[in-house]
Amino acid sequence: MTAMTPEGLGDWAGPILAGAMTTLQIAVLAYAIGLLLGLLGAGAKLSPWAPLRALATAYSTLIRAVPELLLIILLYYAGAQALDALLARLGIGGAVQITGFATAVGVLAFVQGAYMTEVFRGAILAIPHGQLEAADAYGFSRWTRFHRIVLPGMLPNALPGMSNLWLILIKDTALISVIGFYELFFTIQQAAASSRAYFLFYAAAGVIYLLMTLTSTALFARLERHVRRGQPTEA
Amino acid sequence: MDFSWLSDPFYQAYLWEGFVNTLWLLLVSAVGGLLLAVAVALARLRGPRPLAWLAWAFTTVIRGTPLLVQLFFFYYGVGRLLEGVPGIRDSVFWPLLRDPFFFGALTFILSVGAYAGEVIRGAMQSVPRGELEAGRAFGLSGFQVLYRLWLPRAIQLCLPTLTGEMILLLKSVPLVSTIALMDLLQAANIIRDETFLVYEPLLLIAGIYLATTIVLTLLLRLVELNFPGMRPTRRRWLPLR
Repeated sequence: MTAMTPEGLGDWAGPILAGAMTTLQIAVLAYAIGLLLGLLGAGAKLSPWAPLRALATAYSTLIRAVPELLLIILLYYAGAQALDALLARLGIGGAVQITGFATAVGVLAFVQGAYMTEVFRGAILAIPHGQLEAADAYGFSRWTRFHRIVLPGMLPNALPGMSNLWLILIKDTALISVIGFYELFFTIQQAAASSRAYFLFYAAAGVIYLLMTLTSTALFARLERHVRRGQPTEA
Repeated sequence: MDFSWLSDPFYQAYLWEGFVNTLWLLLVSAVGGLLLAVAVALARLRGPRPLAWLAWAFTTVIRGTPLLVQLFFFYYGVGRLLEGVPGIRDSVFWPLLRDPFFFGALTFILSVGAYAGEVIRGAMQSVPRGELEAGRAFGLSGFQVLYRLWLPRAIQLCLPTLTGEMILLLKSVPLVSTIALMDLLQAANIIRDETFLVYEPLLLIAGIYLATTIVLTLLLRLVELNFPGMRPTRRRWLPLR
């Protein structure tokens, strides 16, 4: 091989785009599961049953007191091991790619759920008590009360926190690259190392993440206007 | 669970060095970052148009991109570019520019500057105008109003949020293990490579981080309680960004 032309952004556009899609998939799935975990966690924290409260408090406190990167590494190995064992028992061993993706989603969702628990707990507590009593007075069942009164009532309070957590999640997906799973930042690292154009590729990574977060901010602002419709505007 | 490696003095030395580096990085980044944050807030509120715009752009970019990407950008991206600058290898700055600690601290200072800058800006805007006008009426200079009235009043308003940022900073420190800086995580990684233990070293430093977070939270609570004019408020003990 003589005089190789240096690789540029163009040569890597395809893989980087694929990486960005993987990152978005991981983020969206982890967010959805995190929302569910958060609702369960908040429900447990507000439950009248003490052991359930203790469990939820331990979950949200421990997870939030330990650095995300450390948790991700720790849970990734534990999760991958558990999933491998499960797949082997089901007779579909060796599906490493599925394992990597599923653990990445699972780990981020588990961390996200702890933060989401706190957001939802605060938002539920901020619902005026009279509204819940009114629901009871009208003979709503627990489930009807939850999805007709509690959920729409807490959403405007929870949305700023939820939007913050989505932005944190997008940025936390970059931590998955430390594990060596193919997502946006891992692809960028490979591109930078192979082309030796470190400045160019890391700047490009910054621009791509910035596009994702700025778009998300705009979308969440619209969403918040939507759930706040009908509320009196502050003068 | 096998924790017999804990008695090895070499591993103890690694862990101690990692712990000290972690605290040292935290301190340098907190002090530097908060100073930058005040500058950023001032630039956005009182700076001339281009400076205010620059401060806004800085805040948006830093808050919109992952810290890990910033770390790689500065250490590998900017670091490599600097290597190419003629004569820089002979300059007195060269040892500093090869040091991962320098780049780690630089990245964290910029990060705290952006996040805390927004917090301080908001708080400075909430200080009633009349108080600042009263200061001027008493004959204080513009600078005196800033450091005797405006900043102390603003910090009173946002101190719990600022101390929360410090906890978040502590939790960002393990990222520097990716640029080969010897922090707690890097120490654990070395031990893991040598002992072939997957979980134990990680669990140990998770415990150390848990304890450090709790101690730092209590220390910062003390600072809050002793800050002049602060009324103790009930709040959750771990912050959210």
